[in-house]
Amino acid sequence: MRIEHWFYTLPLRLRSLFRRRRVERDLDDELQDHLDHKTSEFLAQGLPPLQARRAALRAMDGLTQRKEQCREARRVGFIEDTIDDIRYGIRVLKKSPGFTAVAALTLALAIGANAVVFGVANRLILHPLGLPHAESLYGLQRPTFFGRLSYPDYADLRDRNRSFESLAGYGVASVGLDTGDTSTRAWLLEATGNYFDALGVQPYLGKFFHASDEHGPDSAPYLVLSYGYWHSHFQDDRNVVGRVVRLNKHPFTIIGVTPPDFQGAILFFFPAGYVPLVDQEQMDGVNLLDSRANNRSVFQALGRLKPGVTPAQAVADLNSIGNYLEKTYPKEDSQMTFQLAPPGLYGDYLGRPVRAFLAALTLLAGLILLAACANLGSLFAARASDRAREVALRLALGSSRSRILRTLLTEAVLISLLGGVAGLIGSKVLLDWLSVWQPVPRFPIHLLLAPDGNVYAFALVVALLSGLLFGIVPVRQVMRTDPYQVVKAGTRVIGGRRVTLRDLLLVGQIAICAVLVTASMVAVRGMTRSMDARLGFEPANVMLADTDLVMAGYNGDAVPAMQKRMMDAVAAIPGVTSVGLTDQPPLGEDGKAPVVFAEQTTDLRPANALGRAMSYNISPEYFRAAGTVLLAGRAIDWHDDRNAPRVSVVNQEFARKIFGSVPGAVGHYFKLRDGTRVQAAGVVEDGKYGSLTEDPEMAMFHPLMQSPSSVTWLIVRSNREPRQMAAILRKTLRNLDQSLPVTIQTWSQEMDSAWFAARVATVSLGVLGLMGAVLAVSGIFGMAAYSVSKRLRELGIRMALGARRSEVLQAGLGRAVKLLAIGSVLGLILGMLSARVLAAVVFQATPRDPMVLGGVVLAMMMLGLLATWIPAQRALSLDPSTLLREE
Amino acid sequence: MSRPSDLVQGTLDLLLLKILALEPLNGWAISQRLKVVSGEVLQVSDGSLYPALHKLEQEGWIASEWKPSENNRRAKFYSLTRLGRRQLQIEAANWTRLSDAITQVVRLEEA
Repeated sequence: MRIEHWFYTLPLRLRSLFRRRRVERDLDDELQDHLDHKTSEFLAQGLPPLQARRAALRAMDGLTQRKEQCREARRVGFIEDTIDDIRYGIRVLKKSPGFTAVAALTLALAIGANAVVFGVANRLILHPLGLPHAESLYGLQRPTFFGRLSYPDYADLRDRNRSFESLAGYGVASVGLDTGDTSTRAWLLEATGNYFDALGVQPYLGKFFHASDEHGPDSAPYLVLSYGYWHSHFQDDRNVVGRVVRLNKHPFTIIGVTPPDFQGAILFFFPAGYVPLVDQEQMDGVNLLDSRANNRSVFQALGRLKPGVTPAQAVADLNSIGNYLEKTYPKEDSQMTFQLAPPGLYGDYLGRPVRAFLAALTLLAGLILLAACANLGSLFAARASDRAREVALRLALGSSRSRILRTLLTEAVLISLLGGVAGLIGSKVLLDWLSVWQPVPRFPIHLLLAPDGNVYAFALVVALLSGLLFGIVPVRQVMRTDPYQVVKAGTRVIGGRRVTLRDLLLVGQIAICAVLVTASMVAVRGMTRSMDARLGFEPANVMLADTDLVMAGYNGDAVPAMQKRMMDAVAAIPGVTSVGLTDQPPLGEDGKAPVVFAEQTTDLRPANALGRAMSYNISPEYFRAAGTVLLAGRAIDWHDDRNAPRVSVVNQEFARKIFGSVPGAVGHYFKLRDGTRVQAAGVVEDGKYGSLTEDPEMAMFHPLMQSPSSVTWLIVRSNREPRQMAAILRKTLRNLDQSLPVTIQTWSQEMDSAWFAARVATVSLGVLGLMGAVLAVSGIFGMAAYSVSKRLRELGIRMALGARRSEVLQAGLGRAVKLLAIGSVLGLILGMLSARVLAAVVFQATPRDPMVLGGVVLAMMMLGLLATWIPAQRALSLDPSTLLREE
Repeated sequence: MSRPSDLVQGTLDLLLLKILALEPLNGWAISQRLKVVSGEVLQVSDGSLYPALHKLEQEGWIASEWKPSENNRRAKFYSLTRLGRRQLQIEAANWTRLSDAITQVVRLEEA
């Protein structure tokens, strides 16, 4: 019934809307036909033509009204009116292109900012993983070790738990991938056999490996390529399945390719492929599969909860296993308590700061939008009062107030849509650019942020809402318009000195802008301060060359021999002043922090440890190359080899905590977990090891010859230009071994990952602050320009009567400046309060910094000056005689 | 929506549907037919005819088509749709019920 109804009526409605002229002509023709018939009837009755015609019309009972009734029957009146409003609105906006452009641009900025923030949140938090039933997928977290597990502990948790369908795990490995033509460095995930099955993914090509493929260490030489790597490095070659490539010189068979939309369980890391974790020794050069004490093998354990199992039940289950493991292996296991978190952002480790940061950004972006709406609201209110005469005329001609409001609202919504579309285009460009950006060059890290339908819908809704929001500001004005008064008195009805809605809007807007400016100042200041902070090493003029000798097949004694050759070769390069070697640079991505014990401790269980110390294995030249200052004792030298007693250089914090003082540390002993007695030979300055924001941490530096490592970071200090140096370094190292993939970069570049969070925070807050500043300028400018133009005549009279320039300025701009001052002070206070929140995200952020205070005050003053400059010029350049002649 | 005051509410719709059920007609012919069938008792003003027709058309009960009329001029011809036929049955039944009820009431008074 309904459908049949629409079958007949829908074409009619569409015809009424889109073929309006045709429909109108048909109506005219139809009624004319009737009138003709009627007229000839009257003519036949003997009436003269003119009277017959008139009689026919009279019989129609009001032709125009009847036509209107027929039009009403079409039931598209609302739509037709809206179309009329839109046409009218476009005409009005076209008449003042400057106003339209400024308004749309203001909104474009605000909506764009919100769309970008929403786009990021949409991808990272709202719809994180493109996996089936992602909501039942959880990652394990531990209070320490960032949730890492040793392989035996993982295996126990996997086999003993009753909560997970299948508990998978993975680690990250950097390997040399030799396709036969080229040897490159590639990042792989070392996944447990059940990884793909636990996540519930199907291969795009070939097959995946399974738990049944694992038969002990190095038993499963299978490589699954990621779609992206297959696309970029194997040119979509479907015959790749079955091909043998070499990983760290070991033959591996490519067995499959993951689907295009699969990005693993972690959102931002895009590995080249996946290998079974049981091949760890071939990948990393060490086999830790049997080492329960070493919490390194499994980077993250994750799995799907069984149907009906709540996260709380799963946690209880895991904790009871953890408790059992701690009791059974007291020497190896401690702090085996667990929490569950969505795995996409590496649990809460990244998830919590990311969520906090996005929440702060959302708040600030919301403020921007509010400020923009206040800005446009006062502009619209000003326009509405300029158009009082037009409104009054329409009212006098019988238009209803609601119809006029609809017209004004339509204009507002038109502008907001214009701004919304512009903002969306801008945000799409920015998000697309962010998606291809690789923030940390060494790692295959991307943030896939390309906007989807959600973002478009969000921007559209925000645009419409803000259009309605600032569109209703002039409503009261229109409702109160008395057509008689306005038409009689003209538009020059100047209100009293009362505080108007416009004033409040302007103060509010400026306050918001001042908050934003304060926030960005705090962030930028924090950033510059942390740049000056002492790192414990000097990254300037240093190149880093890093590789893992396992990738070229070195092991055993070949490793230190090769490392020595590398150091000697690099030291011989002209311009190189010193070369050091470490297994891990400070602020690197993979810091180790084993427990240390007092010398007299015999029960070496973790609970009895004195603490954890960052551990580095270094060559004798390391401190000189890195620029780390030795405070007491001696550095490491070439005699500290396997035959010499174990020694170590510790940092200040270590000396203070373990030995009481720096001089007291030299020559004294401590113990490592395996019971080795180590003598502290020297003390170096403190530094930053894990992150730039950390409190002082303990650190110890062991001689490379006593604890060898195949992971090699050459620290090359030179006085040559970096790019030139990089080329020579590459050539030198290639001459030593062509099959060894080496990454070469400056130390500052390497630290990009450490700086990443602080930079993102500073840049985004800085951009928002800039937007706030732009909005403040346009808001004050609008207000000042309007108040000058409103009072041109008054100012002209003042000048004619001999007022001084300062008095004219005072009259024209005094109010705007006063409002600016009130708003700025309000915003500054609010900004100070909110800066506490920023301190959580931005390093060294403190609002009670005279530089920040002064900076904000200065910035707001400059903005005010900038915004009132043109209106002031206009007021001063008035020529009273022309002005007064005009009216 | 305006309705002729001289007709019982909804009666004009019923009359128009019934007339068009017999054959498709144009506006002028409908007005002539109305005059004839109702024996000039039911006065339908020329003016109220067209809004009523347009309303029925927009309801989907009648459809229109431009065709040459008897004097070879272009005229808009209305015809009943399937929906209109059903509507006619409903309205006719309603009318019968209503008129029966009123007739009874009228007879009661007489008795």
